[in-house]
Amino acid sequence: MENVATAEEIAHAEHGHEEHELSFLQTYVFSQDHKVIGIQYAITAMLFLLFGFTLMMIMRWQLAFPFRPVPVIGGLLGANNAQLMAPEFYNSLGAMHGTIMVFLGVVPLAVGGFGNYVLPLQIGAPDMAFPRLNMASYWSFFLGGIVMIASFFVPGGAANSGWTSYAPLSVIATEGQTWWLVGMLFLITSSLLGSVNFIVTTLQLRAPGMSFMRLPFFVWAQLVTSFLLLLAFPPLEAAGVLQIMDRVADTSFFMPSGLVVGDGPLEISGGGSPLLWQHLFWFLAHPEVYVLILPALGIVGEIVANNTRKPLWGYRVLVASLIFLGFMSFIVWAHHMFLTGMGTTISTFFQTTTMIISIPSVVILSAFFLSLYGGSIRYNVPMLFALAFLPMFGIGGLTGLPLGLTAPDLHLHDTYYVIGHFHYVVAPGTIFALFGGIYYWYPKATGRLMNDMLGRIHFWGSIIAINCVFMPMFITGLAGMNRRLYDGGLEYAHVQEVLEWNQFMSYGAWTLGFFQIFFIFNFFWSIRHGKKVGDNPWDATTLEWQAPSPPPHGNFSTPPEAYRGPYEYSVPGAPSDFSMQGQAPGANPEPAKV
Amino acid sequence: MEIPYTVAERPDTGLNNVKLGIWLFLASEVMLFGGLFSTYILLRVGAVEWPLGAEFLNIPIGTVNTVILIASSVTMVMAYASLKLGDFAKYKTYMLATVLLPVLFLCIKGYEYYEKVSHDHLPSHSTFLAIYWTMTALHGLHIIGGIVVNGYFWGPGSKMWHTKPAMFENRVEAAGLYWHFVDLVWIFLFPVLYLL
Amino acid sequence: MSGSAEEVRKHIATYKKIAAALGVGTIVTVLASYLDVSVAIGITIALVIATTKASLVANYFMHLGEERSQWLMVSLGLTAVFWLVLMLVPLLTFSDHIGVAKTLPNANANAHEMAEGEEH
Repeated sequence: MENVATAEEIAHAEHGHEEHELSFLQTYVFSQDHKVIGIQYAITAMLFLLFGFTLMMIMRWQLAFPFRPVPVIGGLLGANNAQLMAPEFYNSLGAMHGTIMVFLGVVPLAVGGFGNYVLPLQIGAPDMAFPRLNMASYWSFFLGGIVMIASFFVPGGAANSGWTSYAPLSVIATEGQTWWLVGMLFLITSSLLGSVNFIVTTLQLRAPGMSFMRLPFFVWAQLVTSFLLLLAFPPLEAAGVLQIMDRVADTSFFMPSGLVVGDGPLEISGGGSPLLWQHLFWFLAHPEVYVLILPALGIVGEIVANNTRKPLWGYRVLVASLIFLGFMSFIVWAHHMFLTGMGTTISTFFQTTTMIISIPSVVILSAFFLSLYGGSIRYNVPMLFALAFLPMFGIGGLTGLPLGLTAPDLHLHDTYYVIGHFHYVVAPGTIFALFGGIYYWYPKATGRLMNDMLGRIHFWGSIIAINCVFMPMFITGLAGMNRRLYDGGLEYAHVQEVLEWNQFMSYGAWTLGFFQIFFIFNFFWSIRHGKKVGDNPWDATTLEWQAPSPPPHGNFSTPPEAYRGPYEYSVPGAPSDFSMQGQAPGANPEPAKV
Repeated sequence: MEIPYTVAERPDTGLNNVKLGIWLFLASEVMLFGGLFSTYILLRVGAVEWPLGAEFLNIPIGTVNTVILIASSVTMVMAYASLKLGDFAKYKTYMLATVLLPVLFLCIKGYEYYEKVSHDHLPSHSTFLAIYWTMTALHGLHIIGGIVVNGYFWGPGSKMWHTKPAMFENRVEAAGLYWHFVDLVWIFLFPVLYLL
Repeated sequence: MSGSAEEVRKHIATYKKIAAALGVGTIVTVLASYLDVSVAIGITIALVIATTKASLVANYFMHLGEERSQWLMVSLGLTAVFWLVLMLVPLLTFSDHIGVAKTLPNANANAHEMAEGEEH
């Protein structure tokens, strides 16, 4: 039997599948179209981002005004203390804020939302390789989210052992922790299925002429991200199962011998290792943070090229850096464990790999900065976010260095310095890039632009407020203020001098929340009232801008072909300052209506 | 527009979508069981004392189960080869064997579990039993999944042979790859848990 | 897998040989477990036999030996590397005693042993 498609199968493919009437449920709820699924992911993720952000705003009340009744919602918090936040509740807020932002917010938006929507379009594909699997990925994510939210309502409340769920605390924690673990299993499954889909799609469904070195940087970023998800998540899935066993079946995978809790020694076999959990957790969680940043780098690359009217500087170097970064991310994880009592040899190993991994990050950031040089920069709203990303990610990355070196980490581990570091990378870093991406691709999905003035207010308010929230954390962290202190460090002599920053940061956080209202309003208002634009309002080169806005089912009415690289801006001698990737040579600059 | 290369090979990658997809999935499964094997190593090295497999586990039974699973791998690949030769009847026979053999495996495993429970050798008893129960149960779940998938391709799914034979072959190949992997895991699990 | 009926029949002949080899491997590994050798040697023997059997399954039943796709081989190669890292590194963190006290300070350890911080 030949492996080549039979004549019958080819004819069927060229014919295109028949237009059959799909029900409302099939079109909008259980859709297999990557664009619908992408929007589902994006909207759901943004709702979770808002929820996770709200949790943080409540936390910041406690930090600013410890032991004062929480206004409005105080009645919902704490068991005996009327209106006062119980410490366990504060811990829940912390654990769930982290979990929700990372696993229900940023990754689903960056990968599930942007990846799903944009990737097939940018490679000239009609859809993802496995549309049904794509749908299953979304619903698995949705179910995981429901389980996580539901955990707030079980006796004892939601998980409160940190987003890191360290044993043995997490093993003896209340019921919410089990819900957290089950929720994670759903989320991990969703990611695994999605990553298979992304890799197969990118390798197999590229349009003719779309070689690997002609792929938009965004696609490369998503491809490497998918490999990280594919190979790094399963050990955490295993660990999740083991922790469920510890909690439910009284096993001792992570429970050491002789542990005494409350009244007496635990009735377990013992012999387990809390460090084992840390290894399995961080084996995923370190690559996970690169999952958080890589799609953002991809988005920034697209926006920068488009708004400098120049190709990205050093495309090959950028791609090589992405791949090297992805590989290295698997062998740095124990820099989260420097204070666990590991020996100096192994600590040195991880310190070394951590220092090495900073190199590709710096290369990528430098390439982006170099891309600006000599460009005709357009300061539209997507570009504002992309430009802000660069120094913010720079701060985040640089503050990571003392954490990656064992000696300073002795002082800085588990302090607010760490919180400042990673929030700079994720918040004015990744999330700003995601905002930029939303403003950028909104006209592709809707045929309308988001309101420019509202966008600028959103941007300026956010960039100022966000620095007010996170910059002081380096100060308080260096002073020695610990993480996860429900009273904001009130009881500790060594942080008394920096306590005043707590209120400042909280006001910053609430201000930041205020400015998101402009974005939320803009997002929904512009669906109906945004300025209508054509298929390519940004005069961009990549294939998605060749499709109608919004693209129909199947994306391109005639199969596209890639004739040149992805960033042919300002080519000397060309009739206009951009040449679209899918436009045949010799054709006029206006992209043919396909 | 149809999605290309669902069955046909893409010239520059040399793969069809399903084959690449299933191999990537198997790569993730390697890491999943890797996490558990890593757990085993760590717990054993850190343990004050670690029992010989034979203390809790029945080696002859385990050996029989290993032979059963390897046999099902053989029948699986023979089922696929029969399809390639166009012999649908032989395919049905081999595929049925590939479904029934692991059912037998599970029955024997179930008996082993039952024996353990009645002697109070539960996962909470010791880290050895904890990792034994967890690894074999997770492997068992994968076997159940394989039985369902292979059962489908033996039964209702086999209708596809008459309408789209190339696609059917391709699906059976993918199911086979998954099934061989399940066998592969047991090839490591058996000596590690039972014999060492 | 390549197409013609002739090649398929050759493959089938191979399958039968591999099946026999796997059976033999199973018996050998069980018998080997009764040998009177140290734990380390026992583990090595068992893992070598298991790896051999697994390679036969992967190479012949899963047709990995005939796979020409570079992307596939690279993906699987990476998986193998990371799998090894997962196996070894947690163990190495436990085994690294340089710079770490051998016992907890409060345990039954002689004070001078602790002070020397003796290497493992």
